[in-house]
Amino acid sequence: MTGADAMTASGSTADMLLEVKGLTKHFRLNGDIYSKIAGEKTQLLKAVDGIDFHIRKGETLGLVGESGCGKSTTARLVTRLIEPTAGEVRLKDEDLLAFSPTRMKETRKDIQLVFQDPYSSLNPRKTIMHILSRPMEIHGLARTWAEKREKVLDLLHRVGLSAEHIDRYPHEFSGGQRQRIAIARALSVDPELVIGDEPVSALDVSIQAQILNLFRDLQEEFGLTYLFIAHDLSVIRHISDRVAVMYVGKIVETGPAAALFENPLHPYTKALLSAVPEADPDKAPPKLTLQGEVSTPIDPPPGCRLCGRCPRETAICAQTEPPLVDVGGDRQVACHNL
Amino acid sequence: MAETVLELDDLTVRFRLRRGDLTAVNGVSFSIARGETFGLVGESGSGKSVTARAIMRLIPDPPGEIQRGRILFEGDNILERSDAEMRALRGRRIAMVFQEPMSALNPVFTVCEQISDALRTNLGLTKQQARERVVELLALVGIPSPQQRVDSYVHEFSGGMRQRVMLAMALSCNPGFLIADEPTTALDVTIQATILELITSMIDKLGMSLLFITHNLGVVAHSCDTIGVMYASHMVERGKTREIFANPQHPYTVGLLNSIPRLDTQSKYLTPIQGSVCSMMDPPAGCKFHPRCTHAMDICRQKNPELKEVAPGHFAACHLHDRG
Repeated sequence: MTGADAMTASGSTADMLLEVKGLTKHFRLNGDIYSKIAGEKTQLLKAVDGIDFHIRKGETLGLVGESGCGKSTTARLVTRLIEPTAGEVRLKDEDLLAFSPTRMKETRKDIQLVFQDPYSSLNPRKTIMHILSRPMEIHGLARTWAEKREKVLDLLHRVGLSAEHIDRYPHEFSGGQRQRIAIARALSVDPELVIGDEPVSALDVSIQAQILNLFRDLQEEFGLTYLFIAHDLSVIRHISDRVAVMYVGKIVETGPAAALFENPLHPYTKALLSAVPEADPDKAPPKLTLQGEVSTPIDPPPGCRLCGRCPRETAICAQTEPPLVDVGGDRQVACHNL
Repeated sequence: MAETVLELDDLTVRFRLRRGDLTAVNGVSFSIARGETFGLVGESGSGKSVTARAIMRLIPDPPGEIQRGRILFEGDNILERSDAEMRALRGRRIAMVFQEPMSALNPVFTVCEQISDALRTNLGLTKQQARERVVELLALVGIPSPQQRVDSYVHEFSGGMRQRVMLAMALSCNPGFLIADEPTTALDVTIQATILELITSMIDKLGMSLLFITHNLGVVAHSCDTIGVMYASHMVERGKTREIFANPQHPYTVGLLNSIPRLDTQSKYLTPIQGSVCSMMDPPAGCKFHPRCTHAMDICRQKNPELKEVAPGHFAACHLHDRG
């Protein structure tokens, strides 16, 4: 049984907000004319290589993995900021990739993004009023100035800022406050799905906790669905209902957060968890249970991406790529040797 | 009591900027014994890195200035040394590892060239001897096939391997004291685990003392003997690692520990510290933490608390401990 089959078995499609099947993005390296003249070989960087996942309405899916594993590319594909090489993205059971540009523009209102760095994601020349009201204008959600102003004030209040902030510029705010503004902007068009691409990793730990709480509050208040991308495992554990672990373009394990963290099944998930230094001197010190370094997504060899690093490796691993299979309890794992 | 290697006494570093004076380090004192690992923890802008740079005498003057205090390295006040004496000290007796290896290493020289430069200047080795020593060092820090990699450039290494190169360079002249300024912050968690393991084993093997600077409480919990917590240029708490984690005495330390999401349990909400860090250009009067503190009293708004011993070897700077 594949991941997609397991999903239809465990939940009805009615409450499904986002379904991703076989999503793939390959970037061609050295494909330009200069490289051809220089005789360089064309290579494929398989940033995302056939991943399946789904998010139900009102839930938080945490996507976790190390740098370069394809987390952010996934976020860009799901929002159609870049076009996939292959695969399917279904929003409320409709094929998002088949939408016309006009339809897609309307749909952008339903999927909003919060980026990692609030210093570069807010326009330094615009006031907070402009930053928060522009999306409403574009989508025709507020017409008069008074109406927009009222909505912006309400948004500021909901993200923990006050009315006095409305006519200020981004540089007058701290990092945590800027991230609140970025969140308010995402909420300004009343989205269904909010994608956070490392939204707390640029923040200090005391501010990070404030923003994580804010994400929680807003989810309850507006019934939001989150795709939350982070490299910090404790943040993922805290915010997610379900978790998907990525390694070099592949999802290697998914499941409910509690079960996955208490009993990781894939050797990579295990390694990742044992490497986290916990803020408790009585806990086991961090250690790495894998050999070597992260494999490259450029022209990867056939077989499992963890080959050469894995303590459980057998002959089959280098030949066949393990599919993501259902192991019960809403969990799926891609490993030959469970 | 083991011999003290480094002692900071009332160190105060000020920057004179066009907009006004900024005190980045304010009356910080601590000492590190031989073989000890001291963790300096705090959020961005708390003065951790400036403290480290002051020890290396790397504060640019102007605009920086060491206003007060002493830095005793093996009993000798570093602040009174001449530039030439400092050059003899840096690298040979105190070495430093930085956060971003890509910007700390030189991209136009091979690894061999840049490490042997230090070896030849500091230890007077010949070119051939230096090269052999570099190969040994690369092997020591776990770089595979060092014979071949020695002639590679920095961009040919991965992030984790670059940090190993930095460590090899820091260890090249057998310093007795190492400063590591956020050495694993730019790295992924699995790479971080290996680099931490490597640093800890090097410290043990070579009998060095270490000043470890990080914002990650998980990292200090496992690699440091003693911790100093900094907030807005002041050291607010200091003590044995276990003691600080089990029994934090400053409200900021308590808040910091409560802010961290945990791996072993899932709670719906975290307990963050309210508000945000004060501006260092215009800090509040009294305790710098009082605008965010849930226990703030009148005295906190007026008087900055001194670091006081609240339990044997455990110091906290908070007026809550004035009563007893």
